[in-house]
Amino acid sequence: MLEINDLYVKCADEDLDILKGFSLTLEKGKVHAIMGPNGSGKSTLSKVIAGDENYEITSGNIRFNGEDISDYDATKRSLLGLFLAFQYPVEIPGVNNAEFLRMAYNSRQKHNGLPEADPLAFQDILLKKTNELNIPEEFLDRDLNSGFSGGEKKRNEILQLAVLEPSVAILDETDSGLDIDALKQVSEAINQLKNENNSFLIITHYQRILNYIEPDVVHIMMDGKIVESGPKELAIELDQKGYDHLVKLKS
Amino acid sequence: MTFQDHDKTIESIVEKDYEFGFKTDVETEKFPKGLNETVIRKLSAKKNEPDYMLEFRLKAFEHWKKMEEPHWATSVYPNLDYQDVHYFAAPKSLAEKPKSLDDIDPELRRTFEKLGIPLFEQKQLAGVAVDAVFDSVSVATTYKEKLKQHGVIFCSISEAIIDYPDLVKEYLGSVVPFTDNFFACLNSAVFTDGSFVYVPKGVSCPMELSTYFRINEENTGQFERTLIICEDKATVSYLEGCTAPKFDSNQLHAAVVELVALEDAEIKYSTVQNWYPGDKKTGQGGIYNFVTKRGKCLGDRSKISWTQIETGSAITWKYPSCVLIGESSVGEFYSVALTNHFQQADTGTKMIHIGKNTKSTIISKGISAGTSNNTYRGLVQMNKSAKNARNYTQCDSMLIGDACIANTIPTILIKNKTAVCEHEASTSKVGEDQLFYLMSRGISLDDALAAIVSGFCKNVFEKLPDEFALEANQLLSVQLEHSVG
Repeated sequence: MLEINDLYVKCADEDLDILKGFSLTLEKGKVHAIMGPNGSGKSTLSKVIAGDENYEITSGNIRFNGEDISDYDATKRSLLGLFLAFQYPVEIPGVNNAEFLRMAYNSRQKHNGLPEADPLAFQDILLKKTNELNIPEEFLDRDLNSGFSGGEKKRNEILQLAVLEPSVAILDETDSGLDIDALKQVSEAINQLKNENNSFLIITHYQRILNYIEPDVVHIMMDGKIVESGPKELAIELDQKGYDHLVKLKS
Repeated sequence: MTFQDHDKTIESIVEKDYEFGFKTDVETEKFPKGLNETVIRKLSAKKNEPDYMLEFRLKAFEHWKKMEEPHWATSVYPNLDYQDVHYFAAPKSLAEKPKSLDDIDPELRRTFEKLGIPLFEQKQLAGVAVDAVFDSVSVATTYKEKLKQHGVIFCSISEAIIDYPDLVKEYLGSVVPFTDNFFACLNSAVFTDGSFVYVPKGVSCPMELSTYFRINEENTGQFERTLIICEDKATVSYLEGCTAPKFDSNQLHAAVVELVALEDAEIKYSTVQNWYPGDKKTGQGGIYNFVTKRGKCLGDRSKISWTQIETGSAITWKYPSCVLIGESSVGEFYSVALTNHFQQADTGTKMIHIGKNTKSTIISKGISAGTSNNTYRGLVQMNKSAKNARNYTQCDSMLIGDACIANTIPTILIKNKTAVCEHEASTSKVGEDQLFYLMSRGISLDDALAAIVSGFCKNVFEKLPDEFALEANQLLSVQLEHSVG
């Protein structure tokens, strides 16, 4: 589904490489987790996949369903079925959350040659999603992420994920800053949305989210590339022994 | 995608043209260029005006000759040549005002239809009466008869001068005297048409009233004059819209609008200004929009509310103001001013508090893009007599790109201890992170920018009559298309 081949990426206004030969293949119906210490390039990776133009790909490419999307802007990537749940969702005052969701939804419908939803029809779609995900309806009346608490912002990302039904979703530290109840809620929602036709890439510091969402493969990322991959037990081992241990092992 | 590629993509997108830049081909009667006493006499005679109006004009003209063109605004423009302008232009078919809407020249009718202003009553936006002004004359006023049944007078100012001389004599120039400023004085001497509204005691005007101004002829000045009077406990909501064809030369639009609100009366005046802003690449042409708008809250508990969406014109020089004389009267100013490319706007308001317990609110949203210059200029004045007066001001500026300029020049004058003024201001840059966030949800760059800007302007748009809020929103998105690279 998503294939990243020997990717080198630098910050557009600096000369320093952040990703250095990163490769990863996400298969349909699978959940992959990437763990890594601060500064290993995890967040850069998620933004590069989503099409953030503050980063520049110097070599390698990103393929989505076989198509090279390295040159596509964020809009086009999203329309193809990619989704990034942001680590820090941006606040946009004055833009109604429900209206924003309808705009995004209709943009996708239009791209797929499907009918667009009018506000009333869309309200039904939304209420169904908020019910299923146990998200308060009042989220819909508020401005997009504006004045939302950290936990609310993360849940609003999940609501967007549910509305847009992407085939590949990247969750960038969705667990960070969540208390245990919020973490459970978010994890349950993700488990509901997971199916045999989509795939998830969970980027995290900690193993704890993986107690709720079971990964098929765990990768360890350091210094801009994957240094080790293995089954979910790798995460537990890492959590117990720490990254330092792994660094020593590697060197 | 690299940055260079992205820039190229943006450049290659063909910019959307000014939608209303067409010119209507009609036979026109024009006065020769130039301004002198003879021209004014001829103009007044052309309009069959009573003597009192001619005197008003001549007095103003005498005074104007001694005045100097103002250049204190941040906008930069050369001294205008007032002898190089036609002071009257009208389609020949309007030599006699059409007796009914069916008698209007089909060409003119088509023009207004193209502008979204159909002149058949059955096709009108529900509940909106329109006065359509084409160059120097009013073409038609719809729903006149229906409004008259409620005692509301809605007609062109030219008709009012002849048919309602007492009202015109009492109020014309009572809010903006001809001595007020250079452009108001010029307007007083040469104004050609505009709208007149009178709402009698206790009447709530049953429809939205609206005037649509269209400049069609090149090198013709448009000098419109609008007068709205609301008697005790009367209310009215009024909207003006404006467009002009694309010409390489600059055109002068110098209007005067006067509002009078008596006891417990309420006037809501909204503007959607979309004059031709000039060429996007060179800045050539476009309208010089030098306008004086002022309302007088004469009666106790009266209220005047200005809402303006300014997106057009090469230069905007405009400060819709309120003089709060009546006790507990209220003045409001809600403004969105958007400049792009080479546009220059110097706009804001004056709230003059004279009566006790008077209140005013100012919400101004300035958006600058391209290489434009956008200034908010405001005055809040609390006189000695204005005990317990209150003002709240909020000025927000948004910058798009890094070549535009935003200025905020507020002045606050307080002459008594019981008055309270609050002022809040903010400046923000449209964040790349905001754009990226919306785009990553499948929303296009242009739509993402439009959503952010419209969110920024939300509390001003909410003040527009429902029928026009959507239009204003669309106008902003068209003006901003492709302004981020």
